[in-house]
Amino acid sequence: MSDAVTLTGMPAQARRDIGIKRRYAAERRFRAYGIIAMAVGLFFLAALIFSVVSKGYTAFVQTTITLPIEFTEKDVDPDNKRGENPAVLAQGDFAKLIKQGLAKRLGFDPSDRKSAKLATAMISDSARTDLRDMLVADPSLVGKTVNVSLLAEGNIDSANKGQIDLSVPEARRKVKDKQLEWMKTLRDAGDLTKAFNTGLFTNGASSRPEAAGLGVAAMGSLFMMVTVFVLSLPIGVAASIYLEEFAPKNRLTDLIEVNINNLAAVPSIVYGLLGLSIFINFAGMPRSAALVGGLVLTLMTLPTIIIATRASLKAVPPSIRSAALGLGASKMQTIFHHVLPLAMPGILTGTIIGLAHALGETAPLLLIGMVAFVADFPATPLEPSTALPVQIYMWANEAERAFTERTSGAIIVLLTFLILMNLGAILLRRRFERRW
Amino acid sequence: MKTPLILLILALMAIGAYVAGRARSHALSRTSKVKTHSRPAYHSAYVALAGLLPAVLVLIVWSIASPIYIDRTVRATLPSDLRIDQASEALNYGTVSIVARGVEQLTEAEIAAAQAGTVKWPELLVSKAVPVAADVRPEIIQAALKRTAMDAASHKAMAAVCIVVAALGAFLGYRRLAPSFRARNHIEKLMLVTLALCSTIAILTTVGIVVSMLSEATRFFAMVPMHEFFFGTVWDPRFAAAGAGGEGGQFGLIPLLAGTLYIAFFAMLCAVPVGLLSAIYMAEYASPRVRNLAKPALELLAGIPTIVYGFFALVTVGPFLRDISAELNGLVTGNYTNFIQAQSVLTAGIVMGIMLIPFVSSLSDDIITQVPRALRDGSLGLGATRSETIKRVILPAALPGIVSALLLTASRAVGETMIVVLAAGVAARLSPNPFEPMTTVTVKIVNQLTGDLEFTSPQTLVAFALGITLFAITLALNIYALYIVRKYREQYE
Repeated sequence: MSDAVTLTGMPAQARRDIGIKRRYAAERRFRAYGIIAMAVGLFFLAALIFSVVSKGYTAFVQTTITLPIEFTEKDVDPDNKRGENPAVLAQGDFAKLIKQGLAKRLGFDPSDRKSAKLATAMISDSARTDLRDMLVADPSLVGKTVNVSLLAEGNIDSANKGQIDLSVPEARRKVKDKQLEWMKTLRDAGDLTKAFNTGLFTNGASSRPEAAGLGVAAMGSLFMMVTVFVLSLPIGVAASIYLEEFAPKNRLTDLIEVNINNLAAVPSIVYGLLGLSIFINFAGMPRSAALVGGLVLTLMTLPTIIIATRASLKAVPPSIRSAALGLGASKMQTIFHHVLPLAMPGILTGTIIGLAHALGETAPLLLIGMVAFVADFPATPLEPSTALPVQIYMWANEAERAFTERTSGAIIVLLTFLILMNLGAILLRRRFERRW
Repeated sequence: MKTPLILLILALMAIGAYVAGRARSHALSRTSKVKTHSRPAYHSAYVALAGLLPAVLVLIVWSIASPIYIDRTVRATLPSDLRIDQASEALNYGTVSIVARGVEQLTEAEIAAAQAGTVKWPELLVSKAVPVAADVRPEIIQAALKRTAMDAASHKAMAAVCIVVAALGAFLGYRRLAPSFRARNHIEKLMLVTLALCSTIAILTTVGIVVSMLSEATRFFAMVPMHEFFFGTVWDPRFAAAGAGGEGGQFGLIPLLAGTLYIAFFAMLCAVPVGLLSAIYMAEYASPRVRNLAKPALELLAGIPTIVYGFFALVTVGPFLRDISAELNGLVTGNYTNFIQAQSVLTAGIVMGIMLIPFVSSLSDDIITQVPRALRDGSLGLGATRSETIKRVILPAALPGIVSALLLTASRAVGETMIVVLAAGVAARLSPNPFEPMTTVTVKIVNQLTGDLEFTSPQTLVAFALGITLFAITLALNIYALYIVRKYREQYE
């Protein structure tokens, strides 16, 4: 009973110093390190999201200026030929119409070139094509005066959103005092308004930030996602079924296994090189096409899908297989009629996560030429198009202030898609998950 | 007849065969006294596939072989002065292809008129928006006409053969149907073959990567000696000019590799402590509630596309570091110039480190939780504190797994593209200063391959040499990591 002896024989103060205080301090320190590390990680997440959202939420509204535009006949159809050939209307001098509208609205003399220049600079260049399209669609407008909402120029838009520092001397500012004064007049009259920015979702690429949109890029991304889904789901499921249920244990299947795990960790840019050299250079497919992008992303996501599918096939208990086999089903029937349906929720979850990953992938698409200025919607996957992340990359390289806002806006859109896909995957798993 | 149309016809024939097979199978099961071996679905699928598969096989072989044959024949008809060397032959044959595409749009009357000489060929073609020079050689036009004719004939013949083969196959399949016929076994064997073929796609992808990159890289090394690439210290590829050859450009890998490793080093320096410590905290200390909140939040970082990190580095982290360095410099020396550039090794390293935190933490978390409970209880039972248990027992036990997780993370850092494209700069320099921009292998691959491509110039081909280097580095890291993981798993299972 040595224990009892020490306890009774010695007073508590004289206990051997085993450094318990020091050890507990170390324990607390270590714990604090862990908390700090986690806080740092979460801080970065918050900083990233805050940075994007604070810069980007304004991209969802856009400033428009309403002007009385008179489609004067001598400017849009000087030779009065629209009766025989309506196409002449497309060649009208729409810049002049805008200038006259501004002069009338703001009350300056159209021949005052300095004012006219400042005033027309407030309207986006894309307004001319808007007016042209409007007139070509409805030739009866000639000679009439219509109130038209026109896109404001990018800097005016920024100023209206309060993003331009007005304390900077006028000479170094993009927006001049005179323009600010006009903006105030227009705003007070309700002619300068902020409205929801539908152009962001419907327009194609543009060199003018106020007219640039994600429409074409979203279309390209959609084409690619469909390609990836249609190809990678069946191929991935077939490959997993073979490897999980049929493959004999030999060197070849071992090699395949190592290969799949390795392919999942190959840098994405290498897939871009593969696509460039095989699909474009060797097979002669068109550059910039969504189909090629889809094929490259398919090869990239297949390993992820195969790994997820094999995990969910493995999770189906062997008793299901034994029961089916015992009732006389063939092995193929067992798998396709019983195992696969039970594994399907897990497979779909893995596929959605793979698709979300593919949706955000940029590097391989740069190499196969999807980084291009595409203003027209692609009708088929073989036509040139861009993708959402590539559009973000292209806008990120633009210097103008208004493009930074667009880029952040586009990132918010992309992240929303990704969150929706991941939520879908989580819901799917919750809804159909079975515990055996 | 175009290929999609043929495919449509074949599909319709297959549906027809399926219906016929089904009817026959039902009839068999009604009339025959013995029970049929296979269900009607298998019978009908057998008939349909017996027709479809050989026809599609013929279609594929024909579509590959016939253009090669036509190319050869048409090339041989070009006069010898248009085929002085390979380059001129390729150029002239390119013109033939362009003209042939134009000829396909012409009506027969237009072709006849042009042949008779009433309309000039170049004018006719230009009117169809085909870019042809006015002095195009008549031999080229004739070659193009021959090619179009052969193409059309080949397609017609292909359609006929495919349809005959499909009909014959379906008929033979139909004839085999009988109550004792084991259609299911045939179908299942076919399915098995298909499944096995799909599983080889992983190998095919790897082979495709290696072969495509090696073949392009070999062409590059024929122009630029290997030692100049691997040991060169200057990266200055100049511009790709058609036919300029490789002269003038210097393709030294060392500055790019140095930049890659330097940035990856900073990224690991940032990601490993944060990721590892938060994994330990979540696995050993955190209450389930904290864990359930913090773990998905950290994994959210892994779901964010890398382009977003790149943008974050470009507009937030880079300018922030630049401004804060200017402030620091001003406080210390009174001179308010920034010593950290907006695009720098440090910026790219920090942001890449943020991206890698969830990789390190979730991989290490898995490994730490895999360490058997008994080891932990034993250590705690002997009076060790929790941190002592972690440091002296759990981490050593999990070390191989953690090392492999770190290797996988490093391989990601080396192969990461979008962050460095936006945040690291494009200047290929060798300098030990992390506050200045450096460039990486991946940045240069992107730089060399965006814009106009000339697959004969070293400026383009060097990207593949860089790619194969990158692939080799990441492959080595991955395989070593997977090897450790496998070995480690066996220990506790």
